[in-house]
Amino acid sequence: MATTLSPPRLLPSGDSAITVEFSRNIDDAANRRVLALDRELAAERIAGVTETVPTYRSLLVHYDPVQIDFDKLGEKILALAQRPVPATTKTRRWRIPVVYGGEHGIDLEDVAKTLNTTPDEVVARHVAGDYRVAMIGFTPGWSYLSGLADSLHMPRRQNPRLLTPAGTISIGGVQTGVQCLAGPSGWHLLGRTAVRTYQLHRDPIFLLEPGDNVTFTAVDAKTFAEQDRAAEAGEFVAEQIAP
Amino acid sequence: MSKLVIASIGPASSVQDGGRPGAQRYGLVPSGAMDRLALAAANTLVGNEPFAAAVEVGPFGAKFTARGGAVRVAVTGAARNADIAGRTVAPDTSATLADGETLTLGFARGGSFSYLAIEGGIAGEPTFGSLAVNARAGLGSPYPRPLQAGDELQTKAASGAPERRIELPAATDAPIRVVWGPQDDEFADETKQLLIDSEWKISATSDRMGYRLEGPVLKHLHGHNIVSDGTVNGSIQVPGNGQPIVLMPDRGTSGGYPKIATVISADLGRLAQIPAGRPFRFRAVSMAEAQVEARKFAELLRTLPERLRAIENVDLNIDALHDANVAGHAVNAVDAGTWHAASLADAAGPD
Repeated sequence: MATTLSPPRLLPSGDSAITVEFSRNIDDAANRRVLALDRELAAERIAGVTETVPTYRSLLVHYDPVQIDFDKLGEKILALAQRPVPATTKTRRWRIPVVYGGEHGIDLEDVAKTLNTTPDEVVARHVAGDYRVAMIGFTPGWSYLSGLADSLHMPRRQNPRLLTPAGTISIGGVQTGVQCLAGPSGWHLLGRTAVRTYQLHRDPIFLLEPGDNVTFTAVDAKTFAEQDRAAEAGEFVAEQIAP
Repeated sequence: MSKLVIASIGPASSVQDGGRPGAQRYGLVPSGAMDRLALAAANTLVGNEPFAAAVEVGPFGAKFTARGGAVRVAVTGAARNADIAGRTVAPDTSATLADGETLTLGFARGGSFSYLAIEGGIAGEPTFGSLAVNARAGLGSPYPRPLQAGDELQTKAASGAPERRIELPAATDAPIRVVWGPQDDEFADETKQLLIDSEWKISATSDRMGYRLEGPVLKHLHGHNIVSDGTVNGSIQVPGNGQPIVLMPDRGTSGGYPKIATVISADLGRLAQIPAGRPFRFRAVSMAEAQVEARKFAELLRTLPERLRAIENVDLNIDALHDANVAGHAVNAVDAGTWHAASLADAAGPD
């Protein structure tokens, strides 16, 4: 049954970019439309479009105003946004190893207390999840995943930490994330992975793409240390299990 | 092979070029020069591609010494005293250091960033086609961090080409132009008017990630948290304290504060050059006007080589130069009728 798709809002982001907004909220259906439009735009190769940045709810389209103007590009985007969103698209699936708790995940105990459960149960819920890379942003390789179980939703920390380790796996609000570089974060740190979502001198430099599927698997500290050495040497460590 | 050895340099100085666009979907911001026109003008003066890598020199002074041969350079951007072994180097001109000579740059007067372009460019290993420093991502070459004393920039020996000056459009203190959005509907009309009607100052805590503005508090209609979306250079985001931040070339690729307006691309370099503490204003323009200005700016960049001039052989009156240009980034010595040629007799040719 054909359904009419509501048109996205075209919001000006200066004279060289358009924010194509599908929703104001974190919304799985909106994110699927963002990623679908991103693919359509890539396939369409519109002259003047220089790069696109998918986020949870919008697609930022950078363009060269010498080659195309806001109105013309806006019309083309609205037309592409009316194309049906494929129900199932062939996406890659990654299994990412995580060492949970202890020095690697200093908030695991507190998260368990706040959620009135045990650290093991928090890990079990996190590992059981089937996630999708909704967006990559802020710093290189910082991958925001949708699909976190309701039972793990909790507000972000009151006081963000100024420095959290590279490879941190954390939860914040309704999201979970894979952080590549050390940096500030207001999320709750559950563990670490040896996987580098961003690594220079490796092909590809960026491991995950928006739209990829991700699951986590728990490993012990010894395995993490071994994987960390392998990853430093350029191995993916993450296992691609499909397609 | 010649090189420039950095004898001293202040903070906020780094190798920058046109940046590395194309990987923002992976969280990697393009970085690149804060003032693209000044970068392109400096490179044009020494015959480089307009967006080749150059030294972006922050507000403080710096000293560079030529080793291994002569080095031809050009300095543009924020006005500052400059000399090579005592010979004055006028703004927006090229000049040549003989082997062993030192280029001394003073404090920026009336701007923030100068661009020191080197004939033949800076040798380095590009990542995503760029040498630009992005310290957070560990990118940039020859050093993935701001420059410091002792660093060496390898380059080609000076060609001996005649020195040039470049005639840039006159500096202006006109308001910085913005287009509304993407989230101006998160603010009441009175708040939007407040952005336009108020004087703003750039806070001293600003950096290449963002310029923090001081002025009246801009109140949100629905709180200051939105679901993160993409950012651009010039996004004016308003965090919880109501003091706007203009996002600059080292910004995060996404952000979760409402963005009330966006600085037009043609005015970004001008904003980047406003010194901390000096009052300035914004003016809202239509998308159509912003895009006309963007095309004019692209045309200006494209035609920079047509603005090169021979240097007339008259003495420089540096005091008159200062008096005529206390405010401006584009010090126009030619109009002041006090142009010079530094004595080139002792400048080395190719070796």
